[in-house]
Amino acid sequence: MNGGNGIAIDVKGLTKSFGGREVVHDLSMQVKRGSIYGFLGPNGSGKTTTIRILCGLLTPDSGEGTCLGFDIRRDAEKIKRQVGYMTQRFSLYQDLSVRENLEFVARLYGLADARGAARDMIKRLGLSGREEQLAGELSGGWKQRLALGACTLPSPKLLLLDEPTAGVDPKARRDFWNEIHALAADGLTVLVSTHYMDEAERCHEIAYIAYGHLLTHGTVEEVIAGSALSTYTVTGDDLNELTAALTGKPGIDMVAPFGTSLHVSGRDVAALEASIAPWRDKSGLQWHKSSPSLEDVFIELMSRSKDNFQ
Amino acid sequence: MSTVDRLAPFQEIRERFGFWKRSYAMLIKEFIQLKRDRVSFAMIVMLPVMQLMLFGYAINTTPHNLPSAVLLQEDSDLARSILKALENTAYFRFLYEVHDVDDFDNLLKSGKVLFGVEIPRGFERAVRRGDRPALLVAADATDPVAASAAIGSLGMVVQTALKHDLYIGDPPEMPFEIRAHARYNPAAASSLNIVPGLVGTILTMTMLIFTALSVTREVERGTMESLLSMPIKPVEVMFGKIIPYVLVGFVQAFLIIGIGVGLFGVPVLGNLFLLALLSTLFITTNLSIGYTISTLVQNQLQAMQMSMMFFLPSILLSGFMFPFAGMPAWAQYFGECLPLTHYLRIVRAIMLKGATMQNLRFDALALAVLMLLAMTIAVTRFRRTLD
Repeated sequence: MNGGNGIAIDVKGLTKSFGGREVVHDLSMQVKRGSIYGFLGPNGSGKTTTIRILCGLLTPDSGEGTCLGFDIRRDAEKIKRQVGYMTQRFSLYQDLSVRENLEFVARLYGLADARGAARDMIKRLGLSGREEQLAGELSGGWKQRLALGACTLPSPKLLLLDEPTAGVDPKARRDFWNEIHALAADGLTVLVSTHYMDEAERCHEIAYIAYGHLLTHGTVEEVIAGSALSTYTVTGDDLNELTAALTGKPGIDMVAPFGTSLHVSGRDVAALEASIAPWRDKSGLQWHKSSPSLEDVFIELMSRSKDNFQ
Repeated sequence: MSTVDRLAPFQEIRERFGFWKRSYAMLIKEFIQLKRDRVSFAMIVMLPVMQLMLFGYAINTTPHNLPSAVLLQEDSDLARSILKALENTAYFRFLYEVHDVDDFDNLLKSGKVLFGVEIPRGFERAVRRGDRPALLVAADATDPVAASAAIGSLGMVVQTALKHDLYIGDPPEMPFEIRAHARYNPAAASSLNIVPGLVGTILTMTMLIFTALSVTREVERGTMESLLSMPIKPVEVMFGKIIPYVLVGFVQAFLIIGIGVGLFGVPVLGNLFLLALLSTLFITTNLSIGYTISTLVQNQLQAMQMSMMFFLPSILLSGFMFPFAGMPAWAQYFGECLPLTHYLRIVRAIMLKGATMQNLRFDALALAVLMLLAMTIAVTRFRRTLD
C-alpha cells in the first residue's frame, strides 16, 4: 500500500479517447498526501476526464496507477468509498432539501448516524435555518458550499473538485478556499481544477494540462522559473500602437495588456531585446524587466501547445 | 409623423421577410435535432408500421381455433361425429379429452381452454330414440366477445355438419338440443370482462412510465455523475427505484378493483390474498421492464416513446381489446411474452372464476420469468461508468 510513502495519487501514462479523439494523452502525475494540487488548463483540455478517471467514473484506454493505494482499474469501488467528488455541474438533487440531500449521502456511505451527520454538517456549513430549503432554490454560492459539504460528509481521504468556484462571487470563493486549506491541514488531499490564477497561487502544487498533455507541474515558483520566459512590463501612452508593432516580431512570443501596462514576453532573451530595442528609448514609455506572472506562463504554454498538438 | 408614415411600408416588408427567415431558421434547427435523435426518428417509422401490422393481421374479432376440451361420458360414434363437426367449423380445437367433471372444470378455470363440450352418458341412445337430449356446451364468458360469436354459430354449423354424417334425408329439426352455458359471466356483461382487464392495462401504463423515466431523469439532471461516484451498486439503485412504486401500484390496483366491485358489481370470487400477491408480482414485472427501458434510452422523451412501443402491443395482443384466441399463432407467441397477457388471465380467473394458485401456476411463473429477465438486462445494461 502506498499509504506509507505519502503519495495519494500516482498514475502513469493515462490515455483516454472519445470517438477517436484523444482527450487525455499519456498523462502521469503524483500528488502528495495532505497537499492541495491545482489542475489548470483551458476548456476541453482533459481536466474533467482525468478527474473522472481518478475516481473510477471512466476507465482509461491505457495507463495505470493508484489512487489512495488502490488500483484505478480494479478497485474503483474501494476508491469510491474514500473519495469525495464534486462535479462541475451541481449534481445534488434539486428537489430534495439541504437536509435530505445530506442524509441521502450519509446513508449511501453507510454512516451509523445519518441524521446526526447531516445535522453536524449543516451547522458546519453555516446552513442552519436553511436545512429545509430545496437545494435547487439555493444561490450559486450556497449550492457550492452544500456540494462541498456533501462530498466531505463521509470523511473522504481525497477530494476531487472540478471547477468548484465557477460562477461564484469573490467572497464565497475566498471562504471556499479557506475551507479547503483547513481540510488539507487535517490531512485531506485535494485535487482541484480551476481557471483562476489567484486560486492556482493558493495551491501547494500545480499542473498545467492542455489538449490532453500535461505540460508542466510543480510549485508556482518552480513553474514560473521553469518557463524560462523573459518579461518586460511597459507603461505609458499609445500602448495599442506598441502592441500592434510588437506582435509577431522575432523573439516576442506574447504581448498582453494588463490594465494600463503591457506584458511583453519571449523565451529567447537576445531576440526579444533586439526586437524591442527601437522602442526602448521612445519618450512616454517606461520599460522594466519583471518576472512573468503565472498567467503569462500559462498563456505562453497554451499558445505553444496549440502549435504542437493541434 | 410623415417620416414614420413613409417608413412604415418598408418596415413591414422587412418584418414579413424576417418572419420567414426566423421560421426557416427554427425549421432547420428542428430537422437537425430530429435527425440526431435516432430513437424518435425510428419511432416515426415504427409506430405506424407496427399499428398497421397489428390491426391488419393480428387482430381478428372472429375467434377461431378456440382451445377446447371435451368431457366424454360416453364414447360413441355420434359423439365422435359431433366433435369432428365442431372442429370442422374451425372455431374449436379440441386439446383435451377428459372423463372427469373436476378435470373439466379445472381446465376452464385455469384458462387452458375457453370451451368445453359435454357429451352425457346415454347420449347416442337418446338421440336414436328421438328424445332430443341436451348437448352441454360450457363457454368461458369472461371474454364475452369470443364466447358469444362461437355460441351463436354453434347450432347452425353443427346441424349442417351432421347432415351428411348421420342421417339420410333431412331431419325436420335438430336431433338433440344444444344447451350453451356461458360460465362465469352468464349475462355476458362486458364490464365483467373490461374491469379486470383495466386493472392490468392501467397498471402497465403507469408502472412502465414511472420507472422508464427514473434513470434518464438522473442523467438529464446531472445527478447521475455524483451518484456513480458514490459507492452504490447497480442492483441497489434498481431496488431503490422500484420498491417505492410497488406500493404505488398496489394502491392503484386496490383502487381500480374497489371501484370495479363497488360501482360495476364485478365479483371477486377467488382469494383476495392470492390476487394481491400475483398483482404485486405483475406490478414488479412492469416496473422492472420500465427500469430496463430507462437503462437503454438516452433521454426522457425516448423513454416515453419506448414505453409507448411496449404499451401498444400490450393492449392489442394481450387479449384486453380483442380475443387472444382469435389472433394468428405468431401474434399469440408474441402475446405470451407480454406480462399483461398473463396478468389478464390471472386477474380474470381469480375475480370471475375463483381460480386458485394451482390453476394459475403457468401464468405466475411466466410473470416471474419476465421479471427476472428484465432485471438481469437492466443490471447488466446499467452503466457504472460514464464511458
